[in-house]
Amino acid sequence: MHCLWCHDSILVEVSWGNVFMPSRRSPLCSACTNKLQLLDGRRCVRCSRYSNQTVCGDCIWWKDIFQDEDPLAWNYSVYHYNDPMKEMISRWKYRGDYLLGEAFRWPFIDAFKQSFLKWDKAAILVPIPLSVVRHRERGFNQAEMLTAFLDRKSVALLQRKDGEKQSKKSRQDRIFAENPFRMKKTINKPVILVDDIYTTGATLRHAANVLKQQGCPKVCAFTLIRG
Amino acid sequence: MQSINQTVPSFNKPLSTELSRQFAGKRLLRQEIQVESTVFTRLLAEQQFTATPSMVRQQWKLTCQRCGNQTPHLIGRMPCFRCQSTHAYCRKCIHMGRVSECEALYIWSGEIPGWTKHEDPCTWKGELTTQQQLAADRIVQAIDNQEKELLVYAVCGAGKTEMLFPGITAALQRGWRICIATPRADVVRELKPRLQTAYHDVSIEALYGGSPDRSGTAQLLLATTHQLLRFYRAFDVMIIDEIDAFPYHADASLPYATKHAITNQATTIYLTATPRPKDQSRLNRGKLPHVFVPVRYHGHPLPVPQLKLVWSLKKHIQHFTIPKELSDWLINRKQPNRQLLIFTPTIMLAERFYTPMAALLQNLGIIEHTEQLATVHAEDPNRTEKVQQFRNKKLLVLITTTILERGVTFPSVDVAILAAGHTVFDEAALVQIAGRAGRSGDDPTGEVIFFHDGKTDAMVQAIHSIKKMNHRAGLE
Ligand SMILES: [Zn+2]
Ligand SMILES: [Zn+2]
Repeated sequence: MHCLWCHDSILVEVSWGNVFMPSRRSPLCSACTNKLQLLDGRRCVRCSRYSNQTVCGDCIWWKDIFQDEDPLAWNYSVYHYNDPMKEMISRWKYRGDYLLGEAFRWPFIDAFKQSFLKWDKAAILVPIPLSVVRHRERGFNQAEMLTAFLDRKSVALLQRKDGEKQSKKSRQDRIFAENPFRMKKTINKPVILVDDIYTTGATLRHAANVLKQQGCPKVCAFTLIRG
Repeated sequence: MQSINQTVPSFNKPLSTELSRQFAGKRLLRQEIQVESTVFTRLLAEQQFTATPSMVRQQWKLTCQRCGNQTPHLIGRMPCFRCQSTHAYCRKCIHMGRVSECEALYIWSGEIPGWTKHEDPCTWKGELTTQQQLAADRIVQAIDNQEKELLVYAVCGAGKTEMLFPGITAALQRGWRICIATPRADVVRELKPRLQTAYHDVSIEALYGGSPDRSGTAQLLLATTHQLLRFYRAFDVMIIDEIDAFPYHADASLPYATKHAITNQATTIYLTATPRPKDQSRLNRGKLPHVFVPVRYHGHPLPVPQLKLVWSLKKHIQHFTIPKELSDWLINRKQPNRQLLIFTPTIMLAERFYTPMAALLQNLGIIEHTEQLATVHAEDPNRTEKVQQFRNKKLLVLITTTILERGVTFPSVDVAILAAGHTVFDEAALVQIAGRAGRSGDDPTGEVIFFHDGKTDAMVQAIHSIKKMNHRAGLE
């Protein structure tokens, strides 16, 4: 077996943890695994950002904007956005190395079990879509790949209009820009939005807004990375 | 063959010529061809571009046609939104854009641009030594006769760039396209101004990851070997510098790329100071045409390394202490004002030896203050600056890994290897490291010493091959 990131060969150590579940073996070597930083310790309860306060400055800002009607109840993320993670995301998402996403499978599943299993069991997963143009360019949607890791019903409820690259806009621009999402059909169950990264939270809130306006009772988000 | 396309009705002549300049000799993904889709469709219909499969399956084995990769773990599969099926893609060359099974690679099959036939392109005013001239003549002969390949086996410091000039000139006079490929971006960067001075009126581009030159449309190209992946049947003369150097000899995709980047009648010139066993044995069996340049441009012999046994070397390495043998050598150097290169096998050793070495060098008066000593290795972001400071003599001593074994030249240094028995120091590395000394005509000697705790074959072979070259040059 070879490490998905550095391609070095991995000596498979059989431990009691994986002897009955060979598929749980990490596709990254231990050196590459250790470069990624799982979010732990004190974090903002609303957005998962490292924070000494219960609710971070970002989230207080959002609260003011929406005057206590924030459409996104909360977000939970798995990883910190450090430099090795930035490089990995760039190869996975922008270069389009689909397989690299497998590196996140088990940490993503474990974090989901930890933080969402006790939440509303009827909640449905909704991946954040790409626009058709971008989707064709990349060949796959990273949010759909992440959603498929999880053992929970998912529906591709949202559609995204074509537009300029989100990453090139400032936070202000993203927030006050026209909502890029529309719904294919309505839903009356709670929704867990799934995406690769929570950066400003604007994209997820646009999606949450559309869902809530069409009658969805509650929306939260599960993302791989807190940017 | 190309005449069919020369009277394309829908494109006027200048546009067609412009496109052929841009795309001839390349094999590209659609995303790398920056023309609008209506234009592209038309170019395809007119067979100015030809679509070729990007991945080919033979007996269960898939091969990426751009980089030649067929290593199973470097071929991924993905459910593709574009074609709505699950198929393979290449993970090996993905940094240059993804090669997917459902997408073609496009080869320009339209008009072939005529490159300028330069009457007298060489503006270099220097003179070659007799030995350089002999090699240069042999290179010209190979190019003139369109021989398939020629290995130039030239010692470190032979002045190989200058030796290439007559051959480059001959090719330019015929209106041919030339590529000089080297494994290292530093070398490409350094070579560009030298060549532009030597060929003032020739279009020259330097291509490496992140280079300001990007288009790859010059007649004379300098490129890292990775950049060759985009070229297809482009070059009439291909010069591959340091054919033995990592990653060229370790990565099969690079010989694959060079093979595809040349035309069918092309001449490939390999340059090396330390041929790998594979080339060495072809050479010995008379299967590889070659020319030797056993003498340095200044005519003095190569310094022969001294071996120094240090019994307690392992202990010193474990405790990061300096062996007495090393300090004795430092004290007794014949030319104490030469700068010093001290090679270590690992980054960790290079860094951990900094403090004890600084103390010792200060005690011996070799450096006045610790800022005159630095460590340098491949992951060091300030690598280029440190090398520059060593050139300016702001730094007097460098502790380095094999990163400085080749490519960089300093006029007057002594060289030591700490733990020369380590496996990173193979024969080629040892010869290259020894080749750092005595590079200047003003100080053509220099001390080279290998500290070890047991002779390795690599050390014995390196010394043997250095002596053999001196012997061949009649300098023994
Ligand atoms: Zn490839
Ligand atoms: Zn496809």
